[in-house]
Amino acid sequence: MENIGALAVLLAFCLAIYAVIGSVVGKLRRNPFLILSAERAVYAVWFLVTVAAGVLVSAIMTGDFRFVYAAEVSNRAMPMLYKFAAWWGGQAGSLLFWSWLLSTYAVVVIFTNRRKHREFMPYVVAILATVQVFFLMLNTFVVSPFDMLAVDKAITAVPDGNGLNPLLQYPAMAIHPPMLYLGYVGFAVPFAFAMGSLITRQPGDGWIHTTRRWTMVTWLFQSCGIVLGAAWAYHVLGWGGYWGWDPVENASLLPWLGGTAFLHSVMMQEKKGMMKVWNMVLVSATFFLCILGTFLTRSGIVNSVHAFAQGSIGKYFVGFLAIGIAATSYLILDRLDYLKSEAQLESVVSRESSFLFNNLVLLASCFAVLWGTLFPVISEAVTNEKISLDAAWFNRLMIPIGLFLLILTGVGPLFAWRRTSTDSLRRNFMWPGIASLVLVGGLLAAGMRNFYALISFGFCLFVALTIIVEFYKGARQIAAKNDLNFAHAVVELTHRNTRRYGGYLVHMGIVLMFVGFTGAAFNLHRSDELKAGDSIKIGSYQLTVKDTHEGENDNYLWQNASVEARKNGEFLGMLNPEERVYKASRQPTHEVALRERLNEDLYLNFAGMNGDSVVLQSYVFPLVDWIWIGALTLIFGTLVALVPSKVKREYARTQVVGITSAVPAEARPR
Amino acid sequence: MKKYGKFAALVVVIVGTLIWLATAGIKENQTYYKTIAELNQMGDQAYSKRLRVGGDVSPGSIVRTAKTVQFLLVQEKLRLSVVYDGSDPLPDTFKDGSQALADGRMGRDGVFHASRVEAKCASKYEAKPGGRPAPAPVYPNKAASF
Repeated sequence: MENIGALAVLLAFCLAIYAVIGSVVGKLRRNPFLILSAERAVYAVWFLVTVAAGVLVSAIMTGDFRFVYAAEVSNRAMPMLYKFAAWWGGQAGSLLFWSWLLSTYAVVVIFTNRRKHREFMPYVVAILATVQVFFLMLNTFVVSPFDMLAVDKAITAVPDGNGLNPLLQYPAMAIHPPMLYLGYVGFAVPFAFAMGSLITRQPGDGWIHTTRRWTMVTWLFQSCGIVLGAAWAYHVLGWGGYWGWDPVENASLLPWLGGTAFLHSVMMQEKKGMMKVWNMVLVSATFFLCILGTFLTRSGIVNSVHAFAQGSIGKYFVGFLAIGIAATSYLILDRLDYLKSEAQLESVVSRESSFLFNNLVLLASCFAVLWGTLFPVISEAVTNEKISLDAAWFNRLMIPIGLFLLILTGVGPLFAWRRTSTDSLRRNFMWPGIASLVLVGGLLAAGMRNFYALISFGFCLFVALTIIVEFYKGARQIAAKNDLNFAHAVVELTHRNTRRYGGYLVHMGIVLMFVGFTGAAFNLHRSDELKAGDSIKIGSYQLTVKDTHEGENDNYLWQNASVEARKNGEFLGMLNPEERVYKASRQPTHEVALRERLNEDLYLNFAGMNGDSVVLQSYVFPLVDWIWIGALTLIFGTLVALVPSKVKREYARTQVVGITSAVPAEARPR
Repeated sequence: MKKYGKFAALVVVIVGTLIWLATAGIKENQTYYKTIAELNQMGDQAYSKRLRVGGDVSPGSIVRTAKTVQFLLVQEKLRLSVVYDGSDPLPDTFKDGSQALADGRMGRDGVFHASRVEAKCASKYEAKPGGRPAPAPVYPNKAASF
């Protein structure tokens, strides 16, 4: 079996090289058969990588511990779901997973475009296949998942494996890596289209229209991946944090920031023919940040709690990045004339300008995160001392950046293209502005003194109101005109311009997430040693330790404490924080007990026993649930924006819908 | 060109603010990676900087109380005793024999005061041929070793 797997990746590697050469030569020689054969080669690559993946997964599933990889990441007692997830639980397997996703994407791209974009599809194929060659090279020659355990030269098996890292044996964590990878890998497609169109100097913005949905779906996967990672950290790591500016977290955030900037700035190109160079740079930067993200996650170059997979693959990634960035820069510089802008900026208070600043700030934050993440590497290269920057540094930079982006979220979509009149500014922003000032005043009067929290709550209300007003105005018109009830009118309004109103929903999701982030300013924490019967008080809660229990099952041993929670004397329930020790890896994990409510979470961690006392860490996290609610809103909004608009072909009707403002609706779709 | 002046001014203000935020007081946020050997050679400097020291957790050296955790970091022959007094629970990967990074300051008492500890399990299966099954884990019951 192992030979079939290894042979399959080797053949796939050769065929991927053929696909690169075949499509480029076929294009240059105008030989359609060669081009077609290159496309067929990509299908074959998918088949071979699927076979290889099948071999690996079945080895893990059936407990074939002759495979080094199976022995490293799985054991017999693990549930099936986690055995499957073990496919991407270690370095070799996760790189094979990358290859498989990429080849799947490539097949989908080639199939859906088999009759479209014939002028530059060969280059799209060649670029996707080049990336594929790189990853298959890693699979074949550097970190093969098909290595066998051997004594001298005889292949042997161990009786049982080490088991997947118990911290990863958690449902959200089983799907977090695939989500992130779907996002990472997906950006290869818009990148390949952009480059293909640049190489052949395509007129117009064909590549943007073709890849808009790709980009959004990819961005959606990245968003899900990041939020799942945060939810996992919050629920599993036992200290109640969801974000620690850890290098691996940053690695997932970087391409997301780049992708977010790209999604906004392509609108400038679609509507106004501006920022063409910028979009090329952004789509390339985002793609390379995805590669960098994989590299940071997989190489352990920067010290990190996450470094589940480590190895010496760093130099290959650095080489690939260097060559790729050099080639892309050359292409863009060589074809600057083709990327000329068709319009100019006119006013600081305009839609164009808000996009410009949105991009500037997103890119600045991207650069700041990159700088902070790579600081140990940079400082070691420059001063020979490895210096890292702590979370406080990231927070000091990113909180103001985040707040600035938040307010842009509110004002940007309401600015008109070209320039905005003072009149429309007042009409759109006066009431939301007054309402937020009242809120901030009220919070001040109630004794809140945290500067950033006050600003954040004020901005959140402001942005939320501007979005609600947009929906209300549009829906009221439709309801009156078509005699619909209001809820129906909201659906109708959204359906008529899904991009715009889906976008508003995404923005609303971001607002709700900021509400959740802001709650962190008011976290409470205490740590105590408690004997049975002892009570403590945290916030408005009284906690009493009742007793402890212990037991075991196939996979782990466990011990927990029963804690009674009361609020102002009223009984809320029993909470049972638990500690587990996994048998295969002999590693403890902590299962926190959580009482989740919209206003605040009560979060208990059982940190073990000291003599006959329970070491109990108790936390109160206000508003944290709004992060997850916001994330769901964001996902919903993105899905809405993916639905084709009802009035796509009857553009005139968008004017009839006529949002009551000086700006014709047609000029400001989102 | 006047309108571009406004843009340029805004861009300068934003980028300037960010650079100021990024550099002002950056010394407070810096942590130096050191080995135990390097730490011993730092002399008085060791007490003034925030440090991150790596090593293996000496088996059996972990002593837990409600507020602090004490342990020994070992690297080759060198030892460093560490007191962790941070507020977050230690990572689950922190246990006897794991590789740990202690983040904090060196005290004049010769004890390293860590405010953060990162840990990862020592890599396990380096292809031990015909490896015996790992000895059954002993559940660390209500003893101080937990």
